[in-house]
Amino acid sequence: MRAAPYLLCVPALVLFAGVVIVPLSMTVLLSFHDWGQYKGIEPVFILKNWHEVLSDSYFHEMFARTFRVAFFVTLLAALFGAPEAYILNRMRSPWRGIFLLVILGPLLISVVARTLGWALLFGGNSGLVNKALMGMGLISAPLPFMFTEVGVVVALTHVLMPYMVLAVWASLQRLDPQVENAAVALGAGPFTVLRRIVLPQVMPGILSGAVIVFALAASAFATPAIIGGRRLKVASTLAYDEFLNTLNWPLGAAVAVLLLLALIAVIWGANRLVERRYAQVFA
Amino acid sequence: MAFLELEKLTRSFGAHNAVDGLTLGVEKGEFVALLGPSGCGKTTTLQMIAGFVEPTSGAIRLGGKDLLAIKPAKRGLGIVFQSYALFPHMTVAENVAFGLEMQGVAAAERRTRVAETLELVGLGAFGARFPRQMSGGQQQRVALARALVIRPQVLLLDEPLSNLDAKLREGMQIELRQIQRTVGTTTILVTHDQAEAMALSDRIVVMNQGKAEQIGPPHEAYERPATPFVANFLGKTNLVNGATVRPERISFAESGLAGTVRTRIFQGNHWLYQVDTASGLVTVIRQNTGEAMPGEGDAVHLGWEGRA
Ligand SMILES: Nc1ncnc2c1ncn2[C@@H]1O[C@H](COP(=O)(O)OP(=O)(O)OP(=O)(O)O)[C@@H](O)[C@H]1O
Ligand SMILES: [Mg+2]
Repeated sequence: MRAAPYLLCVPALVLFAGVVIVPLSMTVLLSFHDWGQYKGIEPVFILKNWHEVLSDSYFHEMFARTFRVAFFVTLLAALFGAPEAYILNRMRSPWRGIFLLVILGPLLISVVARTLGWALLFGGNSGLVNKALMGMGLISAPLPFMFTEVGVVVALTHVLMPYMVLAVWASLQRLDPQVENAAVALGAGPFTVLRRIVLPQVMPGILSGAVIVFALAASAFATPAIIGGRRLKVASTLAYDEFLNTLNWPLGAAVAVLLLLALIAVIWGANRLVERRYAQVFA
Repeated sequence: MAFLELEKLTRSFGAHNAVDGLTLGVEKGEFVALLGPSGCGKTTTLQMIAGFVEPTSGAIRLGGKDLLAIKPAKRGLGIVFQSYALFPHMTVAENVAFGLEMQGVAAAERRTRVAETLELVGLGAFGARFPRQMSGGQQQRVALARALVIRPQVLLLDEPLSNLDAKLREGMQIELRQIQRTVGTTTILVTHDQAEAMALSDRIVVMNQGKAEQIGPPHEAYERPATPFVANFLGKTNLVNGATVRPERISFAESGLAGTVRTRIFQGNHWLYQVDTASGLVTVIRQNTGEAMPGEGDAVHLGWEGRA
């Protein structure tokens, strides 16, 4: 009878092994294979790809850009998403539901469609906003948006904002409104209550939202591909190009595995920070 | 003129009056209990004094000044919420110091006053703990310390002991009364436990459906209840031939109202009897003095003072 729990785990384990472990191991293995323009992939064990990825300044720039973009996206999402969640939480009953839908609605639309929307607004001379601003004589040349890092950051922030709002909102809902009243009764003004009472309590929510947004931003493909294009590559578009354009699968695999390792390190570090900082406060 | 005055205080939610024309004067240093069944408007009354619920009509005055014109943050009242409402991300000492910080008290004085107050509630050694790491009773005392340290003009307590077990509650009642006597703060306690209200307060306000049914010292309300509701709420009562008699005032006698013991329940320090009589079922409470007592089915006579 003792075997029953293990037996019950088997289907899930098989599925997990089949769809995660096996492909992942194969990717890792692939990153050690050799590749040549004419010979294709050779199943040997060499460190050439890793050496190239780790030493070539082209790749350094790419990874630096990936994490710079992810960092600013996370920062912007927290800066706008946390207050958004707070305001949402203070709304009265019909409005709260309506605006929650407004905020989460974009999740129902394809990322590609949402990103193309930005391209329509800011894309070169024909972008709607650029045209309008130039028409009004406010700017003489179109605002640079396409193929810029700023453009990628803005569009990604828009795409990923709902995740931050949801994470912060969940932690706001756990707050006891009487705790805020207690602070008010002790003489705290609205701003003090926000800064000293509410913010520290939702900090774990903001941090977990930040981890989600950071991971999704660093591994995002569609938005950097559309806004950044070939000129402004990040790790995921680079891996894509190596796989599908250059056909250098082993190099692409090395890039993908490196991105995965870096993300795991960041997430693990953030979790450690949250746990150590908040363990005794929030059981 | 009383120190804290509630005048025809009313609060309605829709068509329903949660508090309905409540008038009450509380003297300086007095301990008053708002007592009543669940939903009778006790919390709403307290929240109106604190400023978190706005009255529909009526007035609240503190020391002659209109309290409703003052923002909740400026009222200078000490409040202990039913759920304690401690700041979970601050240590006990930081919790208690928060009110002083808001008042702009200097750090050095803050430290001594926090230490003094924690000592007062018996938590001198717990300043560095977080609320999560303390028992319910300890958290309750932190909440009390946090309210007391700002030396409030009035202390408002909303069922502060309801989450504690019977033994701890009794200990805390004694402590609360001692602290209130020592500090001399005007206090309003909300409770639905009549024993707690009677044990702690100088006067009780028995509330029913938003109205005060009786206001007076506990023993007076108990001995001379103004309405049947008060009589019932403050303890067990018998209605014998139109007169209200407390069960502990009835004794077994040689002659008197004749009856048969239906049930007898032993409750440690006393016996609880149900006796069938010509005027209906009568509840009798007798002290357990160690003497032999009538058993179930025995024929008895009941007597009490003032019986015609
Ligand atoms: N925000 C509100 N909206 C609608 N009705 C309310 C609101 N707050 C209180 N009430 C109603 O007002 C009445 C009094 O509530 P209150 O909380 O003052 O009762 P209470 O005496 O403190 O009861 P308890 O002993 O259960 O805490 C109740 O009938 C309650 O349903
Ligand atoms: Mg209540």
